[in-house]
Amino acid sequence: MKLSGAKIVNECLVREGVEVVFGYPGGAIMPVHDAMLDYPIHHVLTRHEQGAVFAADGYARASGKVGVAIATSGPGATNLVTGIATAMMDSVPLVCFTGQVSAHLIGGDAFQETDVTGITLPITKHNYLVTSADELTEVIREAFFIARSGRPGPVLIDICKNAQIEEAEFEYPEEISLPGYKPPKHAPVKDLEKAAKLIAEAKRPVILAGHGVQMSGAMDELRLFAEKTQTPVAMTLLGLGSLPASHPYSLGMMGMHGEAYCNEAIQNADLLLAFGMRFDDRVTGHLRTYAPRAHKIHIEIDPTEIDKNVKVDVPLVGDLKTILNDITPMVEPNDHEEWLDQIKTWREETEARDILSWPDEEKLHSAHVIRDFWKKTSGDAIVTTGVGQHQMWAAQYYQLEQPYRLITSGGAGTMGFGLPSALGAWFAHPDREIWTVEGDGSFQMTLNELATVVQEGANIKILLINNSFLGMVRQWQEFFYDKRYAATQITGPDFVKIGEAYGIPSKRVTKREDVMDAITYAQETPGPVLIEYQVEKEDSVYPMVPSGAALDEMMRRPITRKKVGE
Amino acid sequence: MQHTLIAKVENKPGVLNRVASLFRRRNFNIESLNVGHTENPNVSRMTIVVDKPDLDARKVEANLYKLVNVLDVLDVTNQPTVTRDLALIKVAAEPEKRAEVANLANIFRAHIVDVAPDSIIVEITGTEDKIEGLVELLRPIGITEMVRTGQVAMLRGDEPGIRYTPGANGHPPSPNGHKNISDKGKAQ
Repeated sequence: MKLSGAKIVNECLVREGVEVVFGYPGGAIMPVHDAMLDYPIHHVLTRHEQGAVFAADGYARASGKVGVAIATSGPGATNLVTGIATAMMDSVPLVCFTGQVSAHLIGGDAFQETDVTGITLPITKHNYLVTSADELTEVIREAFFIARSGRPGPVLIDICKNAQIEEAEFEYPEEISLPGYKPPKHAPVKDLEKAAKLIAEAKRPVILAGHGVQMSGAMDELRLFAEKTQTPVAMTLLGLGSLPASHPYSLGMMGMHGEAYCNEAIQNADLLLAFGMRFDDRVTGHLRTYAPRAHKIHIEIDPTEIDKNVKVDVPLVGDLKTILNDITPMVEPNDHEEWLDQIKTWREETEARDILSWPDEEKLHSAHVIRDFWKKTSGDAIVTTGVGQHQMWAAQYYQLEQPYRLITSGGAGTMGFGLPSALGAWFAHPDREIWTVEGDGSFQMTLNELATVVQEGANIKILLINNSFLGMVRQWQEFFYDKRYAATQITGPDFVKIGEAYGIPSKRVTKREDVMDAITYAQETPGPVLIEYQVEKEDSVYPMVPSGAALDEMMRRPITRKKVGE
Repeated sequence: MQHTLIAKVENKPGVLNRVASLFRRRNFNIESLNVGHTENPNVSRMTIVVDKPDLDARKVEANLYKLVNVLDVLDVTNQPTVTRDLALIKVAAEPEKRAEVANLANIFRAHIVDVAPDSIIVEITGTEDKIEGLVELLRPIGITEMVRTGQVAMLRGDEPGIRYTPGANGHPPSPNGHKNISDKGKAQ
């Protein structure tokens, strides 16, 4: 059967199970958009290509499927770059299609010609330039396989316009041949035995659960292993949800803004079990002082992560779920009561210093907002965030019982991610409660997508934390730059009017007693709702490990007020 | 120290760019890089010499395997190999100097491949040391131009070379390859 390249693209998308794509049209991609009208694929027109790729990312993280973004050549393609880099850092499976000028024009600086495969080479897992229609089927089939297998990541396909128009024989291949791409699955038995020995000898073990737990679908295996060996579980930002927050072995989030008791447990551990995480500098603090007494076992699918930041004793390269299934029967049940008791003491001390333990001073702190929001949504909403203080407060106070609930830009720290990724998450789970927690800085980067939300009728609730500052940078300026607030005092529009201008019911909250009612209002109002919380302007995220400090050298919330009951 | 790696890659457009980009991004300094055809028309072979004092060759290997088009990576540093470099050296030689140049070339088993009224091109193949030796002797006479291919390397007999990551890309681990990670004592 002979089909045009544009039809072949759509045939392949349908066969890969793609039901929704996020994109923006333009000259060099018009044939693909045109052909899409005849296929059961819903195209979401975002207001900027960055919104499209963020939405595809949110869709991928919420659904576990591959997200698809489409843009035209030149500026359309370059507008995808930040989103592709975000997906690369967080190992999110995406396939991005970009249009390209016709093959015979390449290299001639034609209108809207940009070398997008060159630009995205270091920020994609793989990319392709397709110059003729007969390459398309194989390339698309490979791209989806590469994006979702092994350590997932973004793949870009740049399609010349002539390749979209000309016809080629279409037959979808059953098999693909990628002789240079064979992701590992099992780790060698002798290495598993070495790891099992270290696990048996440990007195103070801690599991470090990263994004890999959810990417590999190893939540049950993690819990089984932790319970059998009585090992507490610290989680990275993207690992949150791997183990229910209420589980007795959960230590919550580790790292720069992690729980103090969690960081103390890591620093005092004699064995760290890193599960699908990469020892990012935001979770290790200063490397030379990191967990100095601990042996380290690293289960990781990407061999380049082994010994990259932290030297490990036993690397187990392969799929986390497979390896946990292999190793759990090899370890004996362990008793670490003393260690767990020690952690409990640290935990009580941490909780006593938490702002939630202070009496009401009639000030609206972000922690209060997030905690009330958590209670009101039973901790079960899908929550996307931008990047900054609000993101850390969401991670700290929206405690997850389920996986795949927190969608946030971790490694890249990409502001503006919250609203578009919530739109993507809604397409993955239109029946679920979906919120984006935004800061006033992040929100203003991509609030143009409010129009997309309305056009699609997406049922997304927006919880806007407004402190009239670029709060995280302001916090660093307060601590490390003598409170010299350079370029961090940000004014916003009247956000309620902004919401209303887009036809979105919107409310402003300035008092703590109104927090809950506003959330109820949002829940009871069909369709998108925006709630702006005007919070304390100069509040900071605690605890904080200053950049370059040891993980247990945390700045704690100053005790300036009396505790409840004193 | 210098590390020499052999990478077999798919013979597709842009693969050299991917490898070069990877080395730049991960801050591995390339001393020389040679690419050419192999016995298989679908496969190209790269000989990569990396120079970095504290280089962990295992990391280079792992990063190369991360490229979808890379089929096989071997570390041949300090392994029994045949390594060769080819140089063309143009020497400013008036007729009265020709005999001296020809004599030196002869000693090094190099060839004179071009003679012009006031210059000679010498072609030499050999190890880096041998080429350096001839270059040093020709320099006083006057080298006006030189080009070198960079090293190519081939393991002798059925020497296995070193593979660090067991089972990487489906290849069997070599018996001597894995020890520098798994036998390490307690970290730091």
